[in-house]
Amino acid sequence: MRIPVSLHTPVRHPENSGSFPTDPYVQLVTPDGVRTPDPLYDRWVEDVDGARLQELYIDMAVIRRIDTEATVLQRQGELGLWPPLLGQEAAQIGSGRSLRASDFVFSSYRENGVAYCRGVGMEDLMRVWRGNAAAGWDPYSVNMAPTQVIIGAQALHAAGYAMGITRDGSDDAAISYFGDGATSQGDVNEAMVFAASYAAPVVFFCTNNQWAISEPVTLQAQVPIANRAPGFGIPSIRVDGNDVLAVMAATREALDRARSGNGPTFIEAVTYRMGPHTTADDPTRYRDDAELEQWRAKDPLSRVQALLESLGLFTDEFAATASGRADAAAAELRAACLGMPDPVPADVFAHVYSEPHSWLDRQQEQYSRYLSGFAGEENR
Amino acid sequence: MTSMTFGKAITAGLRRAMEQDPRVLIMGEDVGKLGGVFRITDGLQQDFGPQRVVDTPLAESGIMGTAVGLAFRGYRPVVEIQFDGFIYPAFDQIVSQVAKMHYRTRGAVKLPLTIRVPFGGGIGSPEHHSESPEAYFTHTSGLRVISVSNPQDAYTMIQQAIASDDPVLYFEPKRRYHVKGEVDEAAAPQLPMGSARVLTEGSDVTLVAYGPLVPTARDAAVAASDEGVSVEVIDLRSLAPIDFATVEASVRKTGRLVITHEAAQSGGLGAEIAASITERCFEYLEHAPVRVTGFDIPYPPARLESHHLPDLDRILDGVDCVLDRPSSLAVSGSAAG
Repeated sequence: MRIPVSLHTPVRHPENSGSFPTDPYVQLVTPDGVRTPDPLYDRWVEDVDGARLQELYIDMAVIRRIDTEATVLQRQGELGLWPPLLGQEAAQIGSGRSLRASDFVFSSYRENGVAYCRGVGMEDLMRVWRGNAAAGWDPYSVNMAPTQVIIGAQALHAAGYAMGITRDGSDDAAISYFGDGATSQGDVNEAMVFAASYAAPVVFFCTNNQWAISEPVTLQAQVPIANRAPGFGIPSIRVDGNDVLAVMAATREALDRARSGNGPTFIEAVTYRMGPHTTADDPTRYRDDAELEQWRAKDPLSRVQALLESLGLFTDEFAATASGRADAAAAELRAACLGMPDPVPADVFAHVYSEPHSWLDRQQEQYSRYLSGFAGEENR
Repeated sequence: MTSMTFGKAITAGLRRAMEQDPRVLIMGEDVGKLGGVFRITDGLQQDFGPQRVVDTPLAESGIMGTAVGLAFRGYRPVVEIQFDGFIYPAFDQIVSQVAKMHYRTRGAVKLPLTIRVPFGGGIGSPEHHSESPEAYFTHTSGLRVISVSNPQDAYTMIQQAIASDDPVLYFEPKRRYHVKGEVDEAAAPQLPMGSARVLTEGSDVTLVAYGPLVPTARDAAVAASDEGVSVEVIDLRSLAPIDFATVEASVRKTGRLVITHEAAQSGGLGAEIAASITERCFEYLEHAPVRVTGFDIPYPPARLESHHLPDLDRILDGVDCVLDRPSSLAVSGSAAG
């Protein structure tokens, strides 16, 4: 078993530098849009031609536009909350487009771009954030678990699901998405113990976006996060999370390892949360504009645009197609959000249990009686 | 009919469930070659293999969380928590994931986990090995909680728990593992999992117990009858939901209610039973319901546990109280608090 990342000497970062810029990561496209050869990872994306690159660009443009629209909907009072993914488009599209339909995703709440890749519809994407239900979609219709709010809990679910894959003799894989903050959680560490011990076909995809609400990654880890995994016996890779091609290469390699019976892989995608933690957050209280500027120069879309331009593929026609697709998706999202039927009072009690439950049945009956007392009144 | 111990009855029930459904798995610490520290999974790994009887790393949240993932994949994991006091690292996964996933996904994802918990005191153990944490779980919507008191129920109800599409906590009174009883392995279940059972009929006092204190309650009823008091003993069996219809019917007959459990008193199941029965049939009560329970203390050292655990005499003290006889529990004067 090859461990691409060597063990580093811990380097302390007393400042809130937010990342470990001196540590190497896999990058296939520079921020200026130059495709740089990589002897280890080129082979994983050799099928990605100009047309495929254009599709990846459109995907990223679409989810950026969806994300913006959702933020606007929250500001207009149509959503209770929204966790923006701005800046993390390459990490989500590069990995999400590497999966096959029969793989299973266990994500946090910010992977709405991954959900888009899985085929989650716009109404389902908005449902949780509008407050209509605790989960947006039927997990089995897209093979993606509902958004997980408890930090890191889903890493164990992915490891367990992967144990089931092994028992079924399948070559599917599970993938768990979590952030840099989650790597401090016991559940993520336990998930790595279980996955390693049972050689479970699971990919741990850590989106290191430098911030856990207001806490910098240096509060979570004193070494690059990817360096932890080898201690569990799990090969790991640190990848430029703003490089869609590099993320795709790393995810495909990890999935291949899982499918071929060689167990888990840990991916640290180094990126940046350009927006607030959620629409309820105010990042101006804890980070500098200068840092934002640095990361704006590494934008995931700009570099693919530059690469496509150098290939003569970012034509006016293509640009119009991309923005047209993005605008159409945003319009669809808005319509789906505003057109979503409100839940009905009976939904309060539905599906707590799969079989009748005497306590709850009694409470529901009493509450129905209570509500029926208002029959005939307006606006109930 | 076969005579077997309480512990062996659970083993037999597990074996039957595994034979009938290849998706049933057992997971836990030391459940494989050792057969568990109480030998409840004895011989199962040998017969069903290490893919179905899984020794896990020593991480309870990890066990619970991976069981959730296996259930997502269609398996029916039976998780063994080695001792009651070791369940807390798994508490977040149980409360935030196991209990809520069905509601969260509007019924799309079922998590048919069975969580076996040897619980309760009376075996002279050090700290964390004798606790009664059931009320944490009965207070959590989305879970079913049961506790068994005899080998036949142990055998039948472990299979009912595994067959349930809802997650079930199965509390095993560890100090009764060696009690023998008759088990009919071929018989269909006499009662649904959620039903209580009237163990001994009586007309003066209703005595509600579950798990380890059921035999004690039955002994107390015999002792009371020697004094001419007729006690109706109810074995709750299901702690969430509680079969209040059965308790209520009994209290309407007797007018007096005593509840006993090992767990601490305040905020415990006794409080829930007293409140619910008072709401349902206040006008039938001749006396306020009385609780005979463990004290509001961390579980005490072994040489003190006999003071903490309700026994026959303390239960009879409670019976005396509801009969307005002299009792340490009688409300007198204006004690502070």
